[in-house]
Amino acid sequence: MAKIKGDIVIDIERCKGCQVCVPVCPNDTIAMSDKVNAKGFKYAFKAQDNCIGCANCAIVCPDGVITVYKKKMK
Amino acid sequence: MEDIKKAEYLAYKKTEVLTDKVLHYCPGCGHGTIHRLVAEVIEELDLQHKTIGIAPVGCSVLAYEYFNVDFQEAAHGRAPALATAISRLYPDHAVFTYQGDGDLAAIGTAETIHACNRGENIVIVFVNNGIYGMTGGQMAPTTLENMKSSTSPYGRDVKMMGSPMKMSELVANLPGTHYVTRQAVHKPGHVRKTKRALKKAFQYQQEKKGTQLVEIVSNCNSGWKMTPNKSNQWMEENMFPFFPLGDIKTPDDK
Ligand SMILES: Cc1ncc(C[n+]2csc(CCOP(=O)(O)OP(=O)(O)O)c2C)c(N)n1
Ligand code: SF4
Ligand code: SF4
Repeated sequence: MAKIKGDIVIDIERCKGCQVCVPVCPNDTIAMSDKVNAKGFKYAFKAQDNCIGCANCAIVCPDGVITVYKKKMK
Repeated sequence: MEDIKKAEYLAYKKTEVLTDKVLHYCPGCGHGTIHRLVAEVIEELDLQHKTIGIAPVGCSVLAYEYFNVDFQEAAHGRAPALATAISRLYPDHAVFTYQGDGDLAAIGTAETIHACNRGENIVIVFVNNGIYGMTGGQMAPTTLENMKSSTSPYGRDVKMMGSPMKMSELVANLPGTHYVTRQAVHKPGHVRKTKRALKKAFQYQQEKKGTQLVEIVSNCNSGWKMTPNKSNQWMEENMFPFFPLGDIKTPDDK
């Protein structure tokens, strides 16, 4: 069966810590850091390596800080 | 694990039709998502070289900083009047206004209604967050009955303050509007639908079909004094029953 592997890159310095991306991920890939970025926001980060590349997080992020990759594995 | 962060596997990236400026909007505000969708549609329809946006007064007053297209700032509420002039001078350009509910439905009511009635060939992107966001959360014509705002601290009393206004339904009755729809951007499914709606609107504008209005019911978490996710939930529970999502006027209805 073809399996999908996804990955995300979050530009943490542009993240405003709004958390809108967290509940829309079907796999709970994203969590909020306890650390803050230079702006003082607790930023979102990839907490698990189980992304499927659906881009749900990226399209709801108001600040457009998430880039998504997706590959069909054989 | 294989590293798939390579250009060939890229599935989603912020469009180049947006500049790299950091948005000044509050964390979680829908304005950013709406900007991005408009920019993606401009990119996908290959309109970047001939788009002219009109920025409003309101939180999105700096919209021209964020789009890599030509822009003109309008006086408060006057975006449809300015868009009228620009679209008549440049009839082949993709001309759109981007307006909040205070801008479009209060100070700019006359401009909105008359541009829609004349059927000016423009796209109106109408962001309805139920209040005046920029100036501190005052009541707008769209504020819901009993909804608290800084100028209706006990909730909007419709006996004294009038009922909230459904601008999209109102302009849908005018002969000049061609496509009128109401959408949202707080969840992935809504984001995808809104993008399709915006795409249709820009396509119709390019086909010179008249006025296209896309209302987006959005949050103002700072003004509503809630966290972003809570404000999105509040919006679903309170805004959507009064401002139901979906198409209000489509070309088939004509
Ligand atoms: C002629 C004029 N009157 C009043 C104002 C003050 N003012 C600035 S923004 C605004 C309301 C904006 O609200 P809205 O259009 O709903 O946009 P939002 O900020 O919520 O996105 C007002 C009344 C102004 N700038 N110019
Ligand atoms: S792309 Fe989809 S699966 Fe991957 S982190 Fe984003 S929402 Fe989760
Ligand atoms: S939606 Fe965007 S800005 Fe908000 S927490 Fe997630 S990555 Fe950060």
